[in-house]
Amino acid sequence: MRIVIRTEKCTGCGECVSSCPFTSIEIRDGKAYINEYCNFCRTCLNVCPEGAIVEIEDEQTGEIGDLSSYKGVWVFAEQREGKIATVTLELLGEGRKLAGELKTQLSAVLLGAGETQARELIAWGADRVYHAAGSELDHFNDEPYSQLLIRLVREYKPEIILAGATAIGRSFVPRVAGKLKTGLTADCTALEIDKDSGNLLQIRPAFGGNIMATILCPNYRPQIATVRPRVMKKAVYDPDRSGEIVSVVCNGVSSRTKVLEIIQETSECMINLQDAEIIVSGGRGVGGPKGFEMVRELAGLLGGTVGASRAAVDEGWIPYRHQVGQTGKTVCPKIYIACGISGAVQHLVGMQSSDIIIAINKNPEAPIFNVATYGIVGDVNEVLPLMIRKLKEAKA
Amino acid sequence: MNCIVCIKQVPDTAEVRINPETNTLIREGIPSIINPYDLHAIEAALQVREKIGGKVTVITMGPPQAEEALREAISMGADEVRLISDRAFAGSDTWATSYTLSKAIEKLGCDIIFCGKQAIDGDTAQVGPEIAEFLDIPHIAYVKKIDDIGSSFIRVQRLMDDGYDVVESRVPVLLTVVKEINTPRLPSLKGKMAAKKAVITRMDSQAIGAEASNLGLKGSPTQVKNIFAPQTKKEKKVLEGNLEQQIDAMIEELRRMKCA
Ligand SMILES: Cc1cc2nc3c(=O)[nH]c(=O)nc-3n(C[C@H](O)[C@H](O)[C@H](O)COP(=O)(O)OP(=O)(O)OC[C@H]3O[C@@H](n4cnc5c(N)ncnc54)[C@H](O)[C@@H]3O)c2cc1C
Ligand SMILES: Nc1ncnc2c1ncn2[C@@H]1O[C@H](COP(=O)(O)O)[C@@H](O)[C@H]1O
Repeated sequence: MRIVIRTEKCTGCGECVSSCPFTSIEIRDGKAYINEYCNFCRTCLNVCPEGAIVEIEDEQTGEIGDLSSYKGVWVFAEQREGKIATVTLELLGEGRKLAGELKTQLSAVLLGAGETQARELIAWGADRVYHAAGSELDHFNDEPYSQLLIRLVREYKPEIILAGATAIGRSFVPRVAGKLKTGLTADCTALEIDKDSGNLLQIRPAFGGNIMATILCPNYRPQIATVRPRVMKKAVYDPDRSGEIVSVVCNGVSSRTKVLEIIQETSECMINLQDAEIIVSGGRGVGGPKGFEMVRELAGLLGGTVGASRAAVDEGWIPYRHQVGQTGKTVCPKIYIACGISGAVQHLVGMQSSDIIIAINKNPEAPIFNVATYGIVGDVNEVLPLMIRKLKEAKA
Repeated sequence: MNCIVCIKQVPDTAEVRINPETNTLIREGIPSIINPYDLHAIEAALQVREKIGGKVTVITMGPPQAEEALREAISMGADEVRLISDRAFAGSDTWATSYTLSKAIEKLGCDIIFCGKQAIDGDTAQVGPEIAEFLDIPHIAYVKKIDDIGSSFIRVQRLMDDGYDVVESRVPVLLTVVKEINTPRLPSLKGKMAAKKAVITRMDSQAIGAEASNLGLKGSPTQVKNIFAPQTKKEKKVLEGNLEQQIDAMIEELRRMKCA
């Protein structure tokens, strides 16, 4: 497939230029020109008022191997220090759904950890667990992990592999896709099976969450995706479920990197703002460092991290690394709680794609309420202590 | 120590928005910038050069106008730059991009390759590790600090979801860096002059010795099927009652979402 400009029809109006998500159309000598950045997303096809941009079908792109020999849905079961990561349970939930639609089996690949964890995975829904045990696998290390997964794929040929879009998944899975020459879609937030072709539709945000894209890998297998933690529903736990454990020998794996030390951190800034699921942010309205203590406490109770408006940073109540907005960080948590923040556009651009926005402000006219899912009109000095008290009560 | 830094020119995504009616991007006058993470990659390479000597080569794969990004790299202090550019690269996904860059790197030769953690337009974070696989060298992703470096080894701190790991690798190795690693320097006056005068060398598919079937759209396993606007704002929910009842209702909601 190619996208071409019919120069005889093109008037050089430039509509297509601004429509392209990839900066790939320019005006050259008064005509539109498609450059190397084109991703063939077809957006421009519909915007040209002259119909001068057309799609041309070439001969089949990419070789099609025997795709039908690839069967089954796999989940890479991430573990850290022998503890199965939450995202793994979410992937098993999603994997079960996909396997059901494709009428195929769900398997998990567990590297490191022990038989107890392998059994856990079965209880969480895996029909089969490929388990490689060995001290060199207990700690995450890119090369042994990718070598083993590549080996398993070559032997058992799954059609889909899901891994968490975590530090681990996003680091070693690209090596697997590179070696196997197949597609890898990063950080998906939704997955579906295309009814006609059986292909996996991989939906993900791009451009800092400003647009969504559906990605396909039609001619290569397996189709591999990393999936953003906390968007898929966890699998159902059933300790009575039965399944098979396949032991995988891990001889012959090697590594040129060595993990010398593992340092776990649990400070409040451990969760990077941009990866945080819950952010409680304070603005000028929280009134000072003391007000920020409440913001911190609330964030702590919710297992979230602390953000701030520029006004609060400029006041010196909190360091710059917490600033959200145009000149700070762009964030997209599940829940964003804005306390005493007016909602200036420079702040909004940094947080308005959050799933749920809760605004606490004493001024009912504050623009933050325009983007808020829930708004509480009230004084933070009253609302925050009450929320904190109630959450503590609930926990106790 | 010879370092290669891979940089990408990207639109400043903070300003990219989609028009929900037409499903097209509203992008009037949005400037192109060097991917912010890649500035940290350049800085890291410059610091290695300052510490143990060597050369810093900055490369980018992109259309002719990506030259601008390379000039900026020169103004920061890069010794050499290469523009990897060819019509045949159009439509490259991360697989084809990594393949292409790895071919260029093979031709240029080096000890350490620096990439940014991810490019802010695609946000994939895949290109670095994939390049390493193609070159058959190790990689360390999300590097936040270089603890020590010698002629044949490097020891770094790698950011993990629950802390960090101290990892040692032999050289050659590829590193992808996060913002915590350093503060990128501003261009110097001398650098700006050099950038202005520099002749940018271009490498095409032949110069890097790439196989045509692995390039561009043809070499890309993934395809973009369509793009669309993120779901427009969720319905607004009204909390009933006095302040205390409102807070109760909200905590209930948080609990329903398993956040409290
Ligand atoms: C180029 C540029 C870049 C910028 N970048 C950013 C950026 O990255 N991030 C950012 O945040 N800003 C940024 N700004 C600044 C932005 O325009 C606003 O000035 C800033 O966001 C305001 O912060 P605020 O909402 O905390 O303060 P204010 O606008 O002063 O709002 C305080 C709010 O708190 C409420 N309030 C006061 N007391 C209480 C109380 N006791 N209880 C409850 N509510 C109370 C008030 O009703 C008011 O709505 C930028 C500005 C410019 C020009
Ligand atoms: N076209 C490109 N040219 C040079 N380097 C690139 C290119 N695309 C990606 N990279 C490098 O790979 C990193 C990760 O990009 P990505 O996988 O697209 O998120 C970037 O920070 C760059 O260092």
